Amino acid sequence: MSATWIAVLATSAGCYALKLAGLTVPQRLLASPWVRRFAELVPVALLAALSAVQAATSGEEFALDPARLAGMGAAVAALLLRAPFLVVIVVAAGTAALLRIAGVS
Amino acid sequence: MPAQTTDSELPPSGSTEAVRANSPAGPARPVRDGVSLGLAVGVSGIAFGAAAVSSGLSTWQACVLSLLAFTGASQFALAGVMASGGSLLAGTAGAILLGSRNTLYGLRLADVLRPRGPRRLLTALGVIDETTAMTLAQPDITSSRAAFKATFWCLYLTWNLATLGGALGAGRIGSPQSFGLDVVGPAAFLALIWPRLKAGGTERLVALAAVAIALGTTHVLPVGVPVILAASAALAGALASPAAGDTRDSR
Repeated sequence: MSATWIAVLATSAGCYALKLAGLTVPQRLLASPWVRRFAELVPVALLAALSAVQAATSGEEFALDPARLAGMGAAVAALLLRAPFLVVIVVAAGTAALLRIAGVS
Repeated sequence: MPAQTTDSELPPSGSTEAVRANSPAGPARPVRDGVSLGLAVGVSGIAFGAAAVSSGLSTWQACVLSLLAFTGASQFALAGVMASGGSLLAGTAGAILLGSRNTLYGLRLADVLRPRGPRRLLTALGVIDETTAMTLAQPDITSSRAAFKATFWCLYLTWNLATLGGALGAGRIGSPQSFGLDVVGPAAFLALIWPRLKAGGTERLVALAAVAIALGTTHVLPVGVPVILAASAALAGALASPAAGDTRDSR
């Protein structure tokens, strides 16, 4: 079994176990406002970091690809216009693709 | 509680119409809302399938993640770390860390859904952002349970079919970059946290700090690790504003 398959299965098992734990664990754990707040903020922190890293780096180096940054700018514009999730994705990818067809980067 | 048919009512294959048709008159609205949300969000499985394949996962691996992990942010996280050349260990750890909020959803949903015995194992698979939001938005227990079931099954079927479609599509088309697919991941993450960024000042500060931590350590840490380190921003945010969920943040 390849390392990638192990990562896929470990991620699947871990994510499922976390869901099941919530349905099984005693309710009083949630009583802590601190625990609750941390759980609310974790996705915000991780997803913001991932978004920035993917948009602006390559490996361990900064890599400012003009077409990719323009795509992210288009995503922000679409979000400000309250576009649905899928439209945001299409606009972002489409902007980068069109710029590359036009010869940018 | 009405004599809701059991889980075996659910269609074995793609038909979401069956969910709608089988619902009794009472919970018609939560079922309709749940099916709509399931379809709308599930279609973005195309984005995951495409991103997964362009990051180096096989079509089968993308499908297994959607079938078993079934939690979008974690799935995108594993693919994302792989796409940026990170270690599989860092990708897996990040994905599982991202899945931890489903534990807290489960704590709340357990009280509403009261799953018993083997059914709990099936219910657990469906504990995610969208099902939680739809379930907790209902006025009574009966509607909540109908909403959970409809959202879960519609989203599960759509998400998995869309993942397969996206993975196969990405395999057929040429360089992922020329189609802008390298922007799909970061744009999806931004779109997923956007409502939370608009909701609170603490969220925005945490997001900015997380970005600063991740970009600031990119040069010195192995790929993938900066993102996990960014969770410390959430820790600081929680310490600074515990239980701010129901009090207004001063910007």
